[in-house]
Amino acid sequence: MRAFDILVFALVSLHSNWRRTALIALATAIGVSSVLLLTALGEGANRYVRGQFETLGTNLLIVLPGRSETVGGPPPMLGETPRDLTIDDAYSLLKHASLKRVAPVIVGSAPVSTAAGLEREVTILGSTSDMYWVRSLHLGYGKFLPPGDPKRASSVCVLGYELAEELFRSQPAVGQWVRVGDRRFRVVGVLTDSGVSVGVDFDDLAIIPVASAQALFNRNSLFRIIIEAASEADLKTGEEAIHRLIAARHEGEDDVTVIAQDAVVKTLGRVLTTLTLGVGGISAISLAVAGVLIMNVMLVSVTQRRAEIGLLKALGARLSDVRWLFITEAFLLASLGAVFGLCVGLAGTQVVAEMYPEFPVAVPPWSIAIVVSVAMLTGIVFGVLPARRAADLDPIDALSKR
Amino acid sequence: MHERHDPQPAGSSMIELHNVTKTFVVGDQRVNAVDGVDLTIAKGEYISIMGPSGSGKSTLLNLIALLDRPTSGVYRFDGSDVTGLSDDELAAIRRLSVGFIFQAFHLIPRLSARLNVELPLMLAGIAPGARSNKVDRALAATGLSDRAQHRPRELSGGQRQRVAIARAIVMRPALILADEPTGNLDTGSGNQVVELLESLRMEEGVTLIVVTHNPDLGRRAERQIRIVDGQIAKDVVGGCDARV
Repeated sequence: MRAFDILVFALVSLHSNWRRTALIALATAIGVSSVLLLTALGEGANRYVRGQFETLGTNLLIVLPGRSETVGGPPPMLGETPRDLTIDDAYSLLKHASLKRVAPVIVGSAPVSTAAGLEREVTILGSTSDMYWVRSLHLGYGKFLPPGDPKRASSVCVLGYELAEELFRSQPAVGQWVRVGDRRFRVVGVLTDSGVSVGVDFDDLAIIPVASAQALFNRNSLFRIIIEAASEADLKTGEEAIHRLIAARHEGEDDVTVIAQDAVVKTLGRVLTTLTLGVGGISAISLAVAGVLIMNVMLVSVTQRRAEIGLLKALGARLSDVRWLFITEAFLLASLGAVFGLCVGLAGTQVVAEMYPEFPVAVPPWSIAIVVSVAMLTGIVFGVLPARRAADLDPIDALSKR
Repeated sequence: MHERHDPQPAGSSMIELHNVTKTFVVGDQRVNAVDGVDLTIAKGEYISIMGPSGSGKSTLLNLIALLDRPTSGVYRFDGSDVTGLSDDELAAIRRLSVGFIFQAFHLIPRLSARLNVELPLMLAGIAPGARSNKVDRALAATGLSDRAQHRPRELSGGQRQRVAIARAIVMRPALILADEPTGNLDTGSGNQVVELLESLRMEEGVTLIVVTHNPDLGRRAERQIRIVDGQIAKDVVGGCDARV
């Protein structure tokens, strides 16, 4: 029998039992669409988290004083005190081509008050004009800290959105004076409402020049240095360069820890991908259930069509012809369900995307490829047993009336 | 034991059974449904096989039709020994050389008359382009050209059996086996079906074997075989006993 004739024969059979066909296709479709929807949600969560991290800036390296890594070997004989990170340390890193921008950071806490007498204890961030680029900040009003010698203190500050609201209500904050600790600063800019919840809350803080922060907190050492690498490919060489350059400045002692933000995001991404796979795998159980359903329906069909199978065999159908007729029918059933489920899954994803626009759901292409091929394979695998049963029927028995 | 005088030269015989036995085990008893039958049927013969229920005539038909294998004995079909062939090899012979007509018609209900007739051609793997002419010819020969697109349930019993006849002749087989072809039909359409079979046999020169327990139908054949208890009890050609 020609493959085309087998296909036509199976299609006619599915068509003439269209109710049965539709029900079984529906079972497969539910399996396929649930896998697609769940992986789409998982992928959405993954993208959401990545998105949140990317608002912190890209290709970032963060340098902390002291080594936090565990190295083997005997415990140190002498207690080690890490050297301070200084502003000079930070700017020395710019010598390396792979490092584009540095933002030295000092963090502290101080009360911020206005002439009107409103006061609020907030985080004070001491940094430079490059902070704006490194952390991808957005200004609502005014300007950011002016560029210039980072070692020179100046009395300007930038307020977070919420802090500005609290201190000045509806009045424009830019141009006003605030008191931070025992010093006065003029507000030059206000950040936009970031809504970012990962990391530092940029809505409720004040940013002042790093040298001013050193004076304010009476501290020379930096809390950390945030560095932007020239490109993603430069992260690795950049990290090595930081260790080398700092060691050179710290009498050969490599006493800093470098964290690649990228690595953090990647780890988180891996966790979420694993989660997506797990959830997708669990929902794939419904595909197996659909497969068993297909098998049962095909077995019933073999019993119902005994006479027809007997006729085909009497007319000279090969064993393989009979087998292929039934496997093809099961395969078509599963494929129909897969296509139907694909449509439902994609439409469902679209609906979720419309309902929650801030949540970036998307069906990952690998999930489509896997689920559709698994569904079709299910049809073949679960079609084998009914097909064998059909081929093994004795034509004399099958044709005789019962 | 039953040597028949054969007017045809050897080699032109369609069917040769030599001492063929088919044994079934029923409970702990062995029953010889066909018991040491010797039978030679020449090409182009018109034969009826008659006998009471349980006489073994259906088993004999299944053996001749290559649907079943003898327990012992030798079966030569169209000159070649088919006793030890595999299922698929037997299927290939059935596909090319045997046309079946059943009492219950056995048409596939979801297929049109045309597709039912086309089925043997599909099973034989004949290209779609080459099938159409053969189907047209078979439908015309059975007077069904205007019923080609009807489903079996839209046809009368006589028409259904004519579709089955068209299906049986579409491959132009050398042998047509009809098992109670008029059993489910009224006398009128039964006669039409038999006349159609007889005229086709004359035109195509096929060997026609009709199994029946209707004596009127059986008597129409040129050679009449009567089976009793799995053995040939009577073998009559043109009114004379062929076994001399």
